[in-house]
Amino acid sequence: MSQVAELASNLREFVRMVGAVVLFLLRMLGQIPRLIARPRLVVEQIYNTGALSLVIVMICGMFIGMVIGLQFYDILARFGSEDAIGVGAALGLLKELGPVVTALLFAGRAGTAVASEIGLMRATDQLSAMEIMAVDPIMRVAAPRFLGGIIAMPLLVAIFIAIGLFGVQLVAVQQLGVESNSFWSQMRAAVGVDDVVDGIVKSFVFGVACSLVAVHEGFTAIPTAEGVGRATTRTVVISAVLTLILDYMLTAVML
Amino acid sequence: MRSTRSIEISTGMFVLLGFAALFFLVTQITNRELSVDGSSYTVEARFENIGSLKVGAAVSMAGVTIGRVDSIKFDQTVYKAVVGLKINSAYNRIPSDSDASIMTAGLLGAQYIGITAGGGEEYLKEGDQVTLVQDALVLENLINQLAASFSGRKDEPKDAAANGNTEESK
Repeated sequence: MSQVAELASNLREFVRMVGAVVLFLLRMLGQIPRLIARPRLVVEQIYNTGALSLVIVMICGMFIGMVIGLQFYDILARFGSEDAIGVGAALGLLKELGPVVTALLFAGRAGTAVASEIGLMRATDQLSAMEIMAVDPIMRVAAPRFLGGIIAMPLLVAIFIAIGLFGVQLVAVQQLGVESNSFWSQMRAAVGVDDVVDGIVKSFVFGVACSLVAVHEGFTAIPTAEGVGRATTRTVVISAVLTLILDYMLTAVML
Repeated sequence: MRSTRSIEISTGMFVLLGFAALFFLVTQITNRELSVDGSSYTVEARFENIGSLKVGAAVSMAGVTIGRVDSIKFDQTVYKAVVGLKINSAYNRIPSDSDASIMTAGLLGAQYIGITAGGGEEYLKEGDQVTLVQDALVLENLINQLAASFSGRKDEPKDAAANGNTEESK
């Protein structure tokens, strides 16, 4: 009996959290007109979430591309179709690996930074101080970080994919001797603009999800050292799970 | 904390780099949209079976791409697939008795249309029809034929004619 009651209260807590997150999102979206008047706040956050994530995204993109080059070469060589490596790698990077891996990196690099920063503001009463000074912390702290993340994410994904393709090319063409012309021409023949759009749509959705989770977790963190740590951990876990679930749903819709 | 100015410069560089990457993806690795540059003319070919030929597939002669498949329709009156071939106007001396066949590029490759030049004096022009066609190779039919010939049936020639790949379409 007590188990049923516990389950019910857990369920209610989950529903409450979903509702709280959606309301939080709406409150942030309501601040967008006021933020347009002060774009510097957003630019600062594009720097924090995007520009500072650039190095990790580029390094990971490079190595993911190189490992795809090796793996696809090994698989395709069994069918004597090594030239198709360009197609496989480009579509794989554009539609799946680019958006998903970048979102995971983003959650780990930028999401944690945002969550712990806001959590620490909460723990040190900076958010309460803002409210006392009649500054809305959602407008001043949450919304710029959220918007910055949304803007930065598709750009990071595009950079990741471009660098990844360079990595594929490096291994497949330069090292394993796939013919350069057929590598590029087969890729061009098989990849359409709609594939690029698919990847960008995915990255935008992941950007919204990861940024929202990070900002919300930071904002609702328990104001202790332990609470901030827990909020940071939850940011990574929830972002990663959410990204992969959303990825499945988006792929099912797009195919 | 770094100064506002250097933050703005780094952010600008990041955003520009992102858009450059996006531009690279859209223009350099995709090609499906831009088909035949410049002027072109369209001819028609009717096939019994086009296999998995898609709009946008290459039309090639001697291995050189000279055009793209522009449209694929089904004609209910003759029960055939009508394929519109958009050919670059630079190639305006293709004999009208040339033959169009659906071929496959490599093992995993896409299907394309290969044109073999005929010997006629007249050339294909806008709205013409390619009459000599060869259908896509359907693996199941081929296996059926093989199985029939291995089992030593005597009606094999008739079978081959029924499933045959070369025929006049008019």
